[in-house]
Amino acid sequence: MQPFDKLEGRAAPLPIANLDTDQLIPKQFLKTVDRKGLARGLFYDFRFDFDGKPKPDFVLNQPAYQGTKILVCGDNFGCGSSREHAPWALLDYGVRCVIAHSFGDIFYNNCFENGLLPIRLLVDEVHALMEEARGGNHMFAIDLEAQTVTSPSGKVIHFDIHPGRKEKLLKGLDSIGETLAHAPEIDRFETAKGHQTPWLERAS
Amino acid sequence: MSGKTLYDKIWDAHVVGHDGEETILYIDLHLIHEVTTPQAFAGLREAGRRVRRPDRTLAVADHNVPTEGQALGVDAVKDEEARLQLQTLGRNVAWAGIEFFPMGDVRNGIVHVVGPEQGRTQPGMTIVCGDSHTSTHGAFGALAHGIGTSEVEHVLATQTLRQRKAKNMRVRFVGRPGPGVGPKDYALALIGLIGTAGGTGHVIEYAGEAVEALSMEGRMTLCNLTIEAGAKAGLIAPDQTTYDYLQGRPSAPKGGAWEMALDYWKSFFSDPDAGFDHEIEIDVSRLEPQVTWGTSPEDALPISGVVPDPDGFQSEDKRAAAHRALDYMGLKAGQPITEARVDRVFIGSCTNSRIEDLREAAAILKGRTIAPHVSAMVAAGSGLVREQAEAEGLDRIFIEAGFDWREPGCSMCLGMNPDRLAPGERCASTSNRNFEGRQGRGGRTHLMSPAMAAAAAIKGHIADVREFV
Repeated sequence: MQPFDKLEGRAAPLPIANLDTDQLIPKQFLKTVDRKGLARGLFYDFRFDFDGKPKPDFVLNQPAYQGTKILVCGDNFGCGSSREHAPWALLDYGVRCVIAHSFGDIFYNNCFENGLLPIRLLVDEVHALMEEARGGNHMFAIDLEAQTVTSPSGKVIHFDIHPGRKEKLLKGLDSIGETLAHAPEIDRFETAKGHQTPWLERAS
Repeated sequence: MSGKTLYDKIWDAHVVGHDGEETILYIDLHLIHEVTTPQAFAGLREAGRRVRRPDRTLAVADHNVPTEGQALGVDAVKDEEARLQLQTLGRNVAWAGIEFFPMGDVRNGIVHVVGPEQGRTQPGMTIVCGDSHTSTHGAFGALAHGIGTSEVEHVLATQTLRQRKAKNMRVRFVGRPGPGVGPKDYALALIGLIGTAGGTGHVIEYAGEAVEALSMEGRMTLCNLTIEAGAKAGLIAPDQTTYDYLQGRPSAPKGGAWEMALDYWKSFFSDPDAGFDHEIEIDVSRLEPQVTWGTSPEDALPISGVVPDPDGFQSEDKRAAAHRALDYMGLKAGQPITEARVDRVFIGSCTNSRIEDLREAAAILKGRTIAPHVSAMVAAGSGLVREQAEAEGLDRIFIEAGFDWREPGCSMCLGMNPDRLAPGERCASTSNRNFEGRQGRGGRTHLMSPAMAAAAAIKGHIADVREFV
């Protein structure tokens, strides 16, 4: 996993509440057996018309927002389906940070597994950043170590993040490797559980 | 010291250890399907890892499968990408030695129908699956929730998950429901009340006499929709209804083990003095049948209601969302919802495709026919549900009413297979999500119970099922 420390880049406003993962990446892109190549499916119905032509009105199709790396979003971003194709598509498109007041739980967890930083801020803070992202200058800076978002006007907003999740992103840690270091504890637990619920033990 | 909630007890029984702020939680049952696992198996192999407990894993093929011609097997699936994904699952489970009910096997079906039906889902368990509607299994008093593909890989490799504990919420449904009102209506009313982010960060325990009175199928419908309230999981304490459902199922304990299991299961309930972070009470005797008008499950209305005025919403975000939803849905503020003419009716999905759901719809459809302009289909939740429905003659009722009697799978709930809405088509659906494009790009979904979907099929527009009961 690619570590995340600092990020500077364009931010695009997506002022839509409850933007679900079906919108983030529609069903027809879930038939892949790969994690890569999903950028085309990102916000597909917003970006493309029924003939597959780009819709000029959608923010990510506008010239000023080419190369967007940060999204400033409405409440409850990424609710709905558990599809990890949503963060994969964002990353493949070049987005490495999403800012919102709240997120769907599973999407939020999925971000950390992929080196994508979801930032939770107060409603007023999100609105202020949304306004700046709509303006002429939309270069934002994110510093994970310092836990800050710096807006184009120079406003610095602090954000909270669990220390463990922060470290995981900063170092690009592999969760499975970390958990496998606890294999003796898992073994002990399984032995004890096997005595408590023997009917769940099936011949492998 | 205050007592423990049901959630606290299941959590405590599965703590393997701690790593920093995270708890390593043991997973008793891992359900897998074709769409959210190929990358997980590829990741395992790349890292030279193996599946730790294939015996604690069960695989089905449900999301992508066509709902006709299943007996022809995977190689006959026309969609090339879907076929490859289904074949990949077959190869992966063979590699790992995981039990698999492939397409065409009578035991196959929607993962959240199959687990309980086989008796794999049991009280006090932890259950995960790469699918958000895993909350369904909470109906048995099991802690069950959806996970992403990276977490699927983590569970395959370690049989554990790294977790942070959620908060406790309790929703009590009290009173006796009127005719035509059931668990789907309870759930939609709750989501309408607290919103799709109302449960975020919480596990919701359902209680109250209206919940206790529900069958297991009804409880599964209620817990299934918990994710639509944004909650991590839904839970219902096991009781005699739970034990009666489980007894005799293929994977349920037998003989002396049954008595031992029963003792264990009976320890899973919330202590009378347990504290909840949040409590809600809903009197079901005051509920009408519910239906959604917009593009979020929180856009729920009683059937006598009218489409709301977007400008009446509190926040700017909500006003914008409502305007957008009305435009997408082709509805006008102030219009009675019963004026919405439907083109399609879908009865199925992990929310409402079990035998009771089919009986409920068939009871309305018996001796009646659907409106001539409506195209209607029913996809049973599993091959076994379909067999039982046929044994009861329900298939004849559906077919004589004008429904298409399809083979099992997720089908038009998410339209990954060929069952999809065309742009602009309006659908009365027993599924769980009315998101834009969910059932097909430009498709317009109204969520409702199986009985309400049957009423809509007969009338040709959204209708009050109480006219028929």
